[in-house]
Amino acid sequence: MSAAGHLLRRIAPQLVTLAATLLLIAIVFPGFFEISIANGRLYGSPIDILNRGAPVALLAIGMTLVIATKGIDLSVGAVMAICGAVAAAAITSGMGLVATLALALGAGLACGLWNGLLVSVLGIQPIVATLILMVAGRGIAQLITEGAILTFSNEGLIFIGSGAFFSVPMPVLIWVLAGALVALVVRRSALGMLIEAIGINRRASTLAGINARVLLIAVYMASGLCAALAGIIAAADIRGADANNAGLWLELDAILAVVIGGTSLLGGRFSILASLIGAMIIQAVNTGILLSGFPPEYNLIIKAAIILVILVMQSPAVRTTLIFLRRDKTSSQSETEPVVQ
Amino acid sequence: MNARTLPLLATLAIFLVAYAVCYAQFPAMLSTRVIGNLLTDNAFLGIVAVGMTFVILSGGIDLSVGSVIAFSGVFIAVLLRDTGLHPLIVFAVLLVVTTAFGAAMGAIIHGLEMPPFIVTLAGMFLARGMAYVFSIDSVPITHEFYDTLQDLYWLMPGKGRLTLIGGTMLVVFLAGIVVAHWTRFGTNVYALGGGAQTAHLMGVPVGRTTIAIYALSGFLAGLSGIVFSIYTSAGYSLATVGVELDAIAAVVIGGTLLTGGSGFVAGTLIGVLIMGLIQTYIIFDGTLSSWWTKILIGVLLFAFIALQKGLVWLTSRERRSPAGAR
Repeated sequence: MSAAGHLLRRIAPQLVTLAATLLLIAIVFPGFFEISIANGRLYGSPIDILNRGAPVALLAIGMTLVIATKGIDLSVGAVMAICGAVAAAAITSGMGLVATLALALGAGLACGLWNGLLVSVLGIQPIVATLILMVAGRGIAQLITEGAILTFSNEGLIFIGSGAFFSVPMPVLIWVLAGALVALVVRRSALGMLIEAIGINRRASTLAGINARVLLIAVYMASGLCAALAGIIAAADIRGADANNAGLWLELDAILAVVIGGTSLLGGRFSILASLIGAMIIQAVNTGILLSGFPPEYNLIIKAAIILVILVMQSPAVRTTLIFLRRDKTSSQSETEPVVQ
Repeated sequence: MNARTLPLLATLAIFLVAYAVCYAQFPAMLSTRVIGNLLTDNAFLGIVAVGMTFVILSGGIDLSVGSVIAFSGVFIAVLLRDTGLHPLIVFAVLLVVTTAFGAAMGAIIHGLEMPPFIVTLAGMFLARGMAYVFSIDSVPITHEFYDTLQDLYWLMPGKGRLTLIGGTMLVVFLAGIVVAHWTRFGTNVYALGGGAQTAHLMGVPVGRTTIAIYALSGFLAGLSGIVFSIYTSAGYSLATVGVELDAIAAVVIGGTLLTGGSGFVAGTLIGVLIMGLIQTYIIFDGTLSSWWTKILIGVLLFAFIALQKGLVWLTSRERRSPAGAR
């Protein structure tokens, strides 16, 4: 089978889910697919899903790589808050846009480096290692903003959150480009395979000559960088850094997006494209519930139901039972045949 | 002194040193009033942390407990408002519901062989969602039985009050210690944390124990929800967000290994008290901002994990060196 066919088969369940979700929304809310251009920017519900889903999509890119190494990064929400706070603090203190962005992205990389060092050098379980920054990170962000919501009015920075480039909203452009870039780098080189190797068996991959230590740090730094981008977008969107609420619980949405994308939490094979579609499914569900006038209280219950269905589909126990049942059928047939002869 | 008790002793030492530092600055910190408040304010966290200790000892994790506490509060408040049931009956119904909820998660974890992280994440969404469905607004509880519960306390020497909920937490901790160290179930939990496969080969009923562990965690989360509703006299679906993280942090600070199989329920009590002490100190000081609580807890978490890692490394080196000499 060709590479494109392989890819299509890999992401087919996610595409079907997304299509079904969108169709369901369109039935409840006619006119869902209407897209218009006003003031040099695309408008419409589908665009809104792409736009609002930007932070989770960005987080999902980094999270996919981390989960592929059998890790998890709980700190991304807090890192978003830190980077938003850094960006707001830098721009209000009179720094230039480039310096501000460099500083915020640098903060994300530093957070990723910290996580990576804890996981790969100290050998701490990823869930605990990143829990430290998850707990402390929001405190650090509040320390930077001194507890207040730090607002700014720099046009350049705001443009990242609400501007449009060739009538495509900037957040959409950023996550699509970031996703394409990472997918290209990972799949057009051996990097992706090396990451999968670590996730399947770190010891074996080290013995095979992979520098697991450096690669793990790099993966967590990539996750930090993605969180920084998401944090800048979130801050630019509301024109201020809210240390308490920026990226709150988004790490769970990002993990969910990766799981919906079919990447196992047990590490190994991953697909960035599928994770991105997963992020869009989550956003489509959120937007759909809002549009349909369904009480937003049901949002979490629907999410829980989706996770449960995906769990059952991905479960190794269910899979082995299915294989067992199939084999049982064929073996019982082959057993009866000789008797007939 | 061995590597098993060292983290517990280190936690105890840090708690005593921290308390001494607080006492040196604010002599009033040693009064039984402050201690009574420390117990009362952290009662719901302590109770839920006992359940979390069992889950973590078995090598799992339960992210749903914060949502279950919020659900419990809303459930109690709405049922008391809309029906004429006595609070005790409502409590009983609630505990059955949350225990069954925990057991269902345990069954899914065992039956589908899925990581506890994602299963309890779904549980977290479900419980919070159910709380929203019951009521989005904060529902006050005005039953007179609640007033009697709130007024129950034992006057300690020095006019400190050991309230009903503070006392409940201590009783739960005592029960937790007994169950963990002196029952077959407790031994099974430790065995499971050492390795599910090994435990299975040793004859531990893995499925039954897993379900029982998460059922226990669900039960204690429900109890914690009752305590929290007595503490706040209200049920609010947005309450206790992130309490699961506080509970996990308390367990880790208390010296329990997150990989499972090693730790003490008593350590968790000290972990909860250390976190409460940091908050009390910040209130006493008055000039420190609340975010220092989060940063300090993060630093403490790191310190304890680093300490545990160091201990594991040291003991494994000790074990390896005589073998190498031979």
